[in-house]
Amino acid sequence: MNPTTAPLADTAEPILSVNNIEVIYDHVILVLKGVSLSVPRGGITAILGANGAGKTTTLKAISNLLHAERGEVTKGSIVFDGAQVQSLSPNQLVRSGCIQVMEGRHCFGHLSVEDNLMTGAFTRKDGAAAIRDDLELVYQYFPRLRERRTSQAGYTSGGEQQMTAIGRALMSRPKMILLDEPSMGLAPQLVEEIFEIVKKLNDEQGVSFLLAEQNTNVALRYAKYGYILESGRVVLDGEAKALRENDDVKEFYLGVGGEGRKSFRDVKHYKRRKRWLA
Amino acid sequence: MESLHSIFVAPFADMVAAPDFFLQVVWEGLVSGVLYALIALGFVLIFKSSRIFNFAQGIMVVFAALTLVGLHERGVPALLAVPLTLAVMFFLAVAIERVVLRPLVNQPDIILFMATIGVTLFLIGLGETIFGGENKVMITSQLGIPTGSWVLEPFGGFVSIEQKDLTAVVGAVLLVIALLVFLNKSKMGRAIRALGDDHQAALSVGISLSTIWVIVWFISGIIALATGIVWGARAGVSFALEVIALKALPVLMLGGLESVTGAIVGGLAIGVLEKVFEIYWGQPLLGGNTEAWFAYMLALLVLLVRPQGLFGEKIIERV
Repeated sequence: MNPTTAPLADTAEPILSVNNIEVIYDHVILVLKGVSLSVPRGGITAILGANGAGKTTTLKAISNLLHAERGEVTKGSIVFDGAQVQSLSPNQLVRSGCIQVMEGRHCFGHLSVEDNLMTGAFTRKDGAAAIRDDLELVYQYFPRLRERRTSQAGYTSGGEQQMTAIGRALMSRPKMILLDEPSMGLAPQLVEEIFEIVKKLNDEQGVSFLLAEQNTNVALRYAKYGYILESGRVVLDGEAKALRENDDVKEFYLGVGGEGRKSFRDVKHYKRRKRWLA
Repeated sequence: MESLHSIFVAPFADMVAAPDFFLQVVWEGLVSGVLYALIALGFVLIFKSSRIFNFAQGIMVVFAALTLVGLHERGVPALLAVPLTLAVMFFLAVAIERVVLRPLVNQPDIILFMATIGVTLFLIGLGETIFGGENKVMITSQLGIPTGSWVLEPFGGFVSIEQKDLTAVVGAVLLVIALLVFLNKSKMGRAIRALGDDHQAALSVGISLSTIWVIVWFISGIIALATGIVWGARAGVSFALEVIALKALPVLMLGGLESVTGAIVGGLAIGVLEKVFEIYWGQPLLGGNTEAWFAYMLALLVLLVRPQGLFGEKIIERV
């Protein structure tokens, strides 16, 4: 390792930058009102927020899956790996190295686990041998999938489906994975297991992650940087560590109150004021 | 008493008394069953991969057969006319994807269904304009399909098997095997099955809808050509052929809209059952011509008991 390259990499341009995007569904419903964020190369960045804050929409705007739901990016720009990507099809985007794992896992229920993984290699042109190697790699990260390789994915457990979905994304050899609510519907222990694997993939394979989570607690422990979304706007962002210690985040997202007990009336007033300020 | 006997006893007694004739009836049924199965297969493929109920499948059969015969009439050698027709079917698949499917993506199912009716009308017009509306004879012998017949002699009687029917059956079996291998072993086949399972997820892993759609429509074009050749060899090539495509509807109800196996088994079952019913029950008891409605009645009965069809895909639901 050349020591001079390390700090350079940190200041290098981010792998993904979203600049002030606005998203409208069905030509009338304004969902994102100018969201900007960026993910450094090799980073894990989290988008946090409540239901309906716009996390999924942000991810889908990046991966260009909005079109299938009659949504469109009307303003702003999205730059991935040095190129504008708004007008690419999902197919071209996966080809260029950015893939989404959708909320609710979305495995192909009637296909075997292994067939599910192999669909991830759809866009690849580098030959069967390389794809076989990567399948082996996925099985190394998710040994449980090797045991279930011939089962229909629809009959596997929630955790196994989440692993299948992430493994499937890995098969496309991505530079970056957009991970939407990986913890959804999973037992706390499994959530921990999935996030450990995400961290390992990040360390060992250099895959950058942008993850949307409601489970703020877990997300802020594994991410390096976080953005908090509220009704289609970024209201707060910062290093994960700083966010964890931020009083508002503690109060609203981590469920640990500040100093002593407050009367309910105060809390309501305080929250309302906070939201308006945001 | 008398009528009960003629329904429940006499037909079976006839079958046992003349087993060679029974075999002949079953064979005839099997051959038309193969055709129903082929048409149903075209429907199933398109429905699985795009949730479109393709009303145009029947006219695609006619159009493919017409193109083949029409090209030959214009002096193209028969064996060259086949690949040329395939090229036309491929072009048709591309055109349908570009002009019809792509602009209508994400529209409700019924709109896409209506669009396939539009495609049907367009193909009828195009076919008549280019090749004329009169009946044509399929170029069976020019394609190298044998036209003689064999006589077998089981049980001391005789069964005659036309060689072109046998060719049709063998050809259909090969086509289905090729299709199954393609769907289960190849990358594209896997993508087609994936698309049938979960559209959104297929998009998210970079499966390109337009590529898959062209492939799927082209495959059903190939199936249409095969069906057209076989049916044309039996009944000539005319726009009336389109009506037999409607026979695929009961087959689909019987077999399930999403199942390749269902299409094949359903097709064969309906072909055989309607023939047997016609000969042993229809003609003696009901004055004949039961083939026109038997399949639909059967489908109705199946729908009452198993709405997803006999082989309909199990809906996997976790709780």
